[in-house]
Amino acid sequence: MSERVPEFEPEVKKKLESVGIEFNPERRSASFLQVDQKVQHVTKYLEGVEIMGIKQAMEKYDWVGEYFWKAVKRDQDEYTKMVDVEDVNGYFIRALPGAKVNIPVEACLYLKTHGAKQKVHNIIIAEEGSELNIISGCASHPGVVSGMHIGISEFFVKKDAKLTFTMIHNWASDIEVRPRSATIVEENGVFISNYVLMSPVKLVQMYPTAYLVGDNSVAVFSSVVVAKENTVVDAGSRAVLKGENSSADILSRTISTGGKIIARGHIIGEAPGVRGHLECRGLMLSEKGAIHAIPELEARYPNVDLSHEAAIGKIAEEEIFYLMSRGLTRDEATAAIIRGFMEIDVKGLPEVLKKEIDKAISMVEKELTT
Amino acid sequence: MDILRVINLGVEIEGKKVLENVNMYIQEGQTYVLFGPNGSGKSSLLSALIGNPKYKVYNGRIFFKGKDVTDLPTDERVKLGMGIAFQNPPKVSGVKLLDMLKHCARVGNASEEKIYEYAEMLKMKDMLNRSVNEGFSGGEVKRSELLQLLLLNPDFVMLDEPDSGVDLENVSLVGEAINMLLERDKPKNKRKKSGLLITHTGHILKYVDADYGMILYKGRISCIGNPYDILDDISKYGYEGCVRKCLKEFPNSNQK
Repeated sequence: MSERVPEFEPEVKKKLESVGIEFNPERRSASFLQVDQKVQHVTKYLEGVEIMGIKQAMEKYDWVGEYFWKAVKRDQDEYTKMVDVEDVNGYFIRALPGAKVNIPVEACLYLKTHGAKQKVHNIIIAEEGSELNIISGCASHPGVVSGMHIGISEFFVKKDAKLTFTMIHNWASDIEVRPRSATIVEENGVFISNYVLMSPVKLVQMYPTAYLVGDNSVAVFSSVVVAKENTVVDAGSRAVLKGENSSADILSRTISTGGKIIARGHIIGEAPGVRGHLECRGLMLSEKGAIHAIPELEARYPNVDLSHEAAIGKIAEEEIFYLMSRGLTRDEATAAIIRGFMEIDVKGLPEVLKKEIDKAISMVEKELTT
Repeated sequence: MDILRVINLGVEIEGKKVLENVNMYIQEGQTYVLFGPNGSGKSSLLSALIGNPKYKVYNGRIFFKGKDVTDLPTDERVKLGMGIAFQNPPKVSGVKLLDMLKHCARVGNASEEKIYEYAEMLKMKDMLNRSVNEGFSGGEVKRSELLQLLLLNPDFVMLDEPDSGVDLENVSLVGEAINMLLERDKPKNKRKKSGLLITHTGHILKYVDADYGMILYKGRISCIGNPYDILDDISKYGYEGCVRKCLKEFPNSNQK
């Protein structure tokens, strides 16, 4: 572990940048890097936030153990069981009570060894009245094409706190990725989660869940997924509205250029005055591949307001023509429309994170139209 | 100089003929108003001129600035100097009006400052970061179309019902933008821009002083003359009566 800004080979640096990891003290409040099972680097540039490896956190605070398996079920499936082992590692990020950490914390889980199984358990806590922005970038070393990443992430958004979490993935063609994450949001808490996947991967399978237990708590999930040939993405977001007047919005934009996507979404309303909306939009750009949207709404209380809209289609010829009438070529018009499709307006999303998402998208958008 | 010459143009959409044997000749500096009842093919004509692929030219040719553009894709026609404001343009989700304006400014060689200057003039500044046409009112759509055209600065301007749905208080604004596009503020012999305007109410003539009017009736150009006289005749005799009167006055005009 070192406190200095680490140096990387150019190709690694490029890979890290593609998932939003910069090690730039001017643009980040803290940095964390785990390579395979080892915590390589932890630095903190600002007060108000704590960052360390999960093992170190357990040594430092005896209460950290109490957060383990509090949001995610230990025996949820064979993968959660796989991570319930001695050599698990991961990060612990915590915003202290009342601290407003607007400059993002970055955390990177990096798969370096060919064929390795990376097992991760992360605990993220936004204490009462705090604000925390996190960029979590997951990537594999150039040339490493096979491996597995199983990551448990448990998020705790305390009363009046706001946590924004942006996860960007950049894996390789034969890597299997199974994140298991859940969030508990207390009274007036806000949890915003963004997910971006633009590069090939063998499989991403996940169904992050937010439990909105506090009154007036809010969750917003947004995801932008592009699946190329031989990629399978089975991803969705779930919100369980338990607190009075709690609300959730789930937005997804999926594009298949030959891969298979299952876009799930599930909102459960079980308290008075709750509101939930699910929006899945898919764009099929290839004759191969498939998009399967499965939006689900479940009411367990009379006074709930749940809705969804799902649409899958191709690029409208009318829109291409409209852009061409402003002097764009057919290819430019198509690119602009695809770029527009991936644009998600998330209310309350900090500008820096929006920029990271835009950057991740624009790094690969050119490939989509050629 | 020749700007637009349309010869024996026939157009079909999904196998149905919507225009037959249209002939038209527009010179530099001239602005025409195209009248015609609903469904007469006015919008189809503009669509064919700009090259909407849904509108198939089955007969005839379109020449623009002396060049045969009949088979050119839309963007190349636009780069040659054609421009169009649509009556009902589509929404393009995620593509901001500002993005569209930047493209237009690039094609029209306009500076970035012009974007804001024209947006201010057309009261569209608050809409710049919205997806184009998404949630725009009828009037905002029209003003957005004109704003894009001002930046494209085309030599030949086609406007499809530019004033329909525009609030009364903004109609003169729209008129002003059209006059700018068509250089109507310049003396006649200094005007370089040409135009073809569609209207079926004729309201826009109160704000834009056009040179000629013509009627598109049953898929053909059936009458050409002073736009104010034609408008007057249409309101007195209806389209059919007006066309009949025209034919009486010019028995050898464009009819078989």
